[in-house]
Amino acid sequence: MRLFTPYYLGANAANFSERSGVINIAIEGFIIISALGYALFTIFSGSAIVGLVMAVLISVSFSLLFSLFVIKLKINQIVAGVGFNLLMAGLAKFLIVFLFQSSSNTPRFNSLPNIFFLESIPYLGKVLSDYIILFSFALVFISNFVLFKTKFGLRLRSVGENPEAGESLGIKVRLYKLYGVIICGFLASLGGIWLASNQNSFSDGMIAGRGYIAIAAMIIGKWKPVNIFIACMMFAFFEALEISLQISGTFIPSQIVQMLPYMITLLVLIGFIGKTKPPAADGIPY
Amino acid sequence: MKKYIGIFLVFVILVSTLGISCKKQDNKSETTNGQLKVGLVFDVGGRGDKSFNDAAYAGLERAKKDFGIEFEVIDPGEGSDRESALRKLASRKDIGLVFGVGFIFTEDITKIATDFPDKKFGCIDYTVDPRKEIPKNLTALEFKEEEGSFLVGTLAALISKSDKIGFVGGMESSLIKKFEKGFTEGVKYVKPGNRVLVGYVSVTGDGFKNPGKAKEIALSQFSGGAEIIYHASGLSGLGVFEAARDQKKFAIGVDMDQYNEAPGFVLTSMTKQVDEVIYQTIKDFKEGKFVSGVKSLGLKEKGVDYVYNDKNKNLISDEVRKKVEEIRNKIISGEIKVTL
Repeated sequence: MRLFTPYYLGANAANFSERSGVINIAIEGFIIISALGYALFTIFSGSAIVGLVMAVLISVSFSLLFSLFVIKLKINQIVAGVGFNLLMAGLAKFLIVFLFQSSSNTPRFNSLPNIFFLESIPYLGKVLSDYIILFSFALVFISNFVLFKTKFGLRLRSVGENPEAGESLGIKVRLYKLYGVIICGFLASLGGIWLASNQNSFSDGMIAGRGYIAIAAMIIGKWKPVNIFIACMMFAFFEALEISLQISGTFIPSQIVQMLPYMITLLVLIGFIGKTKPPAADGIPY
Repeated sequence: MKKYIGIFLVFVILVSTLGISCKKQDNKSETTNGQLKVGLVFDVGGRGDKSFNDAAYAGLERAKKDFGIEFEVIDPGEGSDRESALRKLASRKDIGLVFGVGFIFTEDITKIATDFPDKKFGCIDYTVDPRKEIPKNLTALEFKEEEGSFLVGTLAALISKSDKIGFVGGMESSLIKKFEKGFTEGVKYVKPGNRVLVGYVSVTGDGFKNPGKAKEIALSQFSGGAEIIYHASGLSGLGVFEAARDQKKFAIGVDMDQYNEAPGFVLTSMTKQVDEVIYQTIKDFKEGKFVSGVKSLGLKEKGVDYVYNDKNKNLISDEVRKKVEEIRNKIISGEIKVTL
């Protein structure tokens, strides 16, 4: 359940961006920078709430910068995304060394407060009392509703499918792409905040490719929030399975066990999903 | 015109990055009135890693104080300029002894030792390859991690009320397997019926810096009945400490005294005396007793140990302490053989 949260937030983030026609592989970078932002501001202000707000702001402002590149300046989206990822990873490491004179990690800080009255529920209490986990579950319905039931969602999708037609109907194409990317930055930042908060520190490389897995989950989920939910659950389930298999001490070599999540993803992708179809104008600058 | 400005800007950026990267390798030379100079190249991570590299530096400082030597260190940072850093130090006339800190130097230092037969070399955590001969002027310093792990294993088994004990490894490799095997043997030596729950973060080097996953593994080991978890997973270990804090259970640190990562929840740490080893090697070199070949440092040589000090004294009862010390002596005398 806990493994699921950052994946789903990241995958939904990517989805909003791609639905508007912007391929955003910079999710990983957004997650890194918001995790770091949360860490830094929580340490310096002493309050997790300040850290939360600042991390969201930082991530959103970086997503503005990203949209400046890919929407306004029409740079190739993949190139810009890779560039952002490299920049964030480097920037994070640089800032840690610069501020804390440590080559790899920040001091410890407080995590986000929990919802107290829910914490007492047996078994599920720990999960349910976490705001971000709750939000990510609610997100299944929220993003489904926003994308498919509102005018805003319709326009966002039309911009990703056929921007020319959208514009001929008076939709401000670039503006909607911008919305997509900003929502993406916001959701990705929650993923990063959750990771940092759960860990109570930020360390170099801690995101460990979760942004990319989120993008994979989005593709498997065929750009639909509910399917993405299932895909993320699957990833998280197999990762959890991998851990418990290792601990139960099976005779299966651990390399194979560790391969499981990815292998099964491939199998599912080949066998059950059928053709995945991205939004038609995905990745094409407008 | 625009084009030229562009080219100019690219040039400026290039030059400035070069400047930065050159600065990074700035040699810190400390001069005293000593007769001998020692060179040392750090591992990835560099100084300030609160572990390996800092311990090596501490060893140099001590040697400087006691023997009046001079030393020079290079912090290559990330990248592949380790070899050139070693070569640079080895080719200096006034430097007689060069250290490489970390198994990553194994190949480079073997090559350079052959190229500079009149200089002496030392390599911490040297990976011994039985098919290759070690140059006459190189001392390969290897730690018997399995012995230290055995000892903390017995300690964990004596203290734990549960019959399950956890182990979290970073990268699944022969080096970390040494920790796991020694630990498991230690646990079984005291309580043969106990089980060690083993989890590895990854099969690649990334396993040393994924605290998120290490935390998940540790949490599931705790919920699987473990009360104490031993980790050998570098930075990922922070996740294990977080889990211990979360569950109000114990973790055992590695390499250095990691008590401060989660005060009150770190039972002890299995330490590798990198500083001591560097100190000793310099001493031997100075007294003309430099020995080449593989030097295995176990409990006997005080190369590995576990932490018992004011901070964790109240977590370990005198009775347990006594038993563990007995086992230590048995290992040293050879009565207990820790297999690999």
